[in-house]
Amino acid sequence: MIDISLGHYLFLASIIFTIGIVGIFLNRKNVIVLLMSVELILIAVNINLVAFSVYLQDIVGQVFTMFVLTVAAGEAAIGLAILVVFFRNKGSIHVEDINTLKG
Amino acid sequence: MIDFHNIYPELFLMLAMLFLLLVGVFIKNSFTLIKKGTILSLLLCIPIVYINFDNQLLIFNNNYSINFFSNFIKIIILVASVFSLIFAGQYFKRTNIDKFEYMILVLSSTIGMFIMVSTNNLIGLYLGIELQSLSLYVLASIDRNSLKSSESGVKYFVLGALSSGLFLYGCSLIYGFTGSTNYLIINENFSIENLGLIFGLVFILVGLAFKISAVPFHMWTPDVYEGSPTSVTAFFALAPKVAGIGAFIQILFIAFGTAIEEWKSILIFISIASMVLGSVAAIGQTNIKRLMAYSSISHVGYALAGLATGSFVGISATLTYMSIYVVMNIAAFTCILFFSRDKIYYEDIRDLRGLSKNHPVVAACFCLVLFSLAGIPPLAGFFAKFYIFKALIESEMYLLAIIGLISSVISAFYYLRIIKIMYFDKEVEKFDDMSGLGIKLSLASSTLMILLYFIVPSFLLNLTDIASKVFS
Repeated sequence: MIDISLGHYLFLASIIFTIGIVGIFLNRKNVIVLLMSVELILIAVNINLVAFSVYLQDIVGQVFTMFVLTVAAGEAAIGLAILVVFFRNKGSIHVEDINTLKG
Repeated sequence: MIDFHNIYPELFLMLAMLFLLLVGVFIKNSFTLIKKGTILSLLLCIPIVYINFDNQLLIFNNNYSINFFSNFIKIIILVASVFSLIFAGQYFKRTNIDKFEYMILVLSSTIGMFIMVSTNNLIGLYLGIELQSLSLYVLASIDRNSLKSSESGVKYFVLGALSSGLFLYGCSLIYGFTGSTNYLIINENFSIENLGLIFGLVFILVGLAFKISAVPFHMWTPDVYEGSPTSVTAFFALAPKVAGIGAFIQILFIAFGTAIEEWKSILIFISIASMVLGSVAAIGQTNIKRLMAYSSISHVGYALAGLATGSFVGISATLTYMSIYVVMNIAAFTCILFFSRDKIYYEDIRDLRGLSKNHPVVAACFCLVLFSLAGIPPLAGFFAKFYIFKALIESEMYLLAIIGLISSVISAFYYLRIIKIMYFDKEVEKFDDMSGLGIKLSLASSTLMILLYFIVPSFLLNLTDIASKVFS
């Protein structure tokens, strides 16, 4: 058995973070996938914060995580609401169809 | 308990927002009433901020600072929000966005901006930014039946959420390596040898640069500015920019005060890129809102150039720049909101042909504003740029000053092109006559301020000078 140290958690978080970023930039299909990628980024942040909080023996990190979770829920709700409005106007939520505005 | 009387402005706005929300829910068709209530409560908030104007306080265990700097920025934000509601006039009714939620969202984003500039803690900064951005996402797509508006909402939301993710990752790294989210403790524990901290600093700067639309994180700006209803675009160009710059100053000079050399090079890059791209990319634009978006990008570049000096002169130059920028944009967007004929608002610059023959007063005002945006003396915009260049030359950053000068010459081209279209092209149909006291008031006052700034420049300079001394 190997001990799981702070470094492992940070490594895991950075991998999830990278998957989230790459997901946003490579995704060419669906806006819902973009929302999922954003959630992945926030999850990576939460892992980071909790790991640091345990490592530092300091509660602030976990408090921060609670705030991030709450705001993320609100953000997802608003994002989906905007997406519904967009779908009503356009009839599609494909990333390629978000192209009315360009210049 | 003893601290609460110091945050009366925030508490007042929150209570006003909740009260107006209840009024809006229970009284049908109450848009005009709530609009008046919102303007009134924003105006009332100015004296409430003013009560604590000279105090220098650190409250809630050093997590919230009330001082001359934050109060100065708050008053600019309040003035900008009030004007963005006043000068829209009939726009809300004519474009069917007269929903009372609009006002509630403006109020809540104003509270978010207050928290952004006052907080001394990363958690507070995050919550402030989110309160502001979440309201702005909804404001961008407030015109539910318009494809453009909802598309700009989607774009703004996706990129904004990405940027707050990056910002948060930076916060988590800073928290982990300094052991605290408080700016003062971060400053004590910051060591530039630690790579994790430098990464955290970069991520936080990226997240904030997204919010003030500095290059290379500007890609949402032109689309969102073009797609949103014009009154919302005006609000985007005014208040959030000032709040973002305020948060920038606060975090750079308090939390990362020991790493000036590190963030200096990042800011120099961002500011050069914004100035150049803002002026070059605007040349080909024909939509005036899109043009204003690029213009605001290049203006943010100048403001950041002042910060890149890392000196108090630089902070005060940036604050002066942002105050004058707000006044110029109030005047510019009042003119843009005037270009309407039979409930249709025109955004293409070719629609302005021969404006000087049909509407000489508005054309003269718009001409003055464009000269000022281009930085032609003796208008206020010239002085704003002058202070920035002076601060740059005092701290021997000649390259940045030269690039700033060149790009301001380039940007003069597209401002002058609009003036040429207004004055020398053959006229088209007349626009509707200017109606409403609010529009006239905001156009007259902001144009006069631009025109007559050179008589008493010391008034604003003294204020920004005292505000920058807060960080010593």
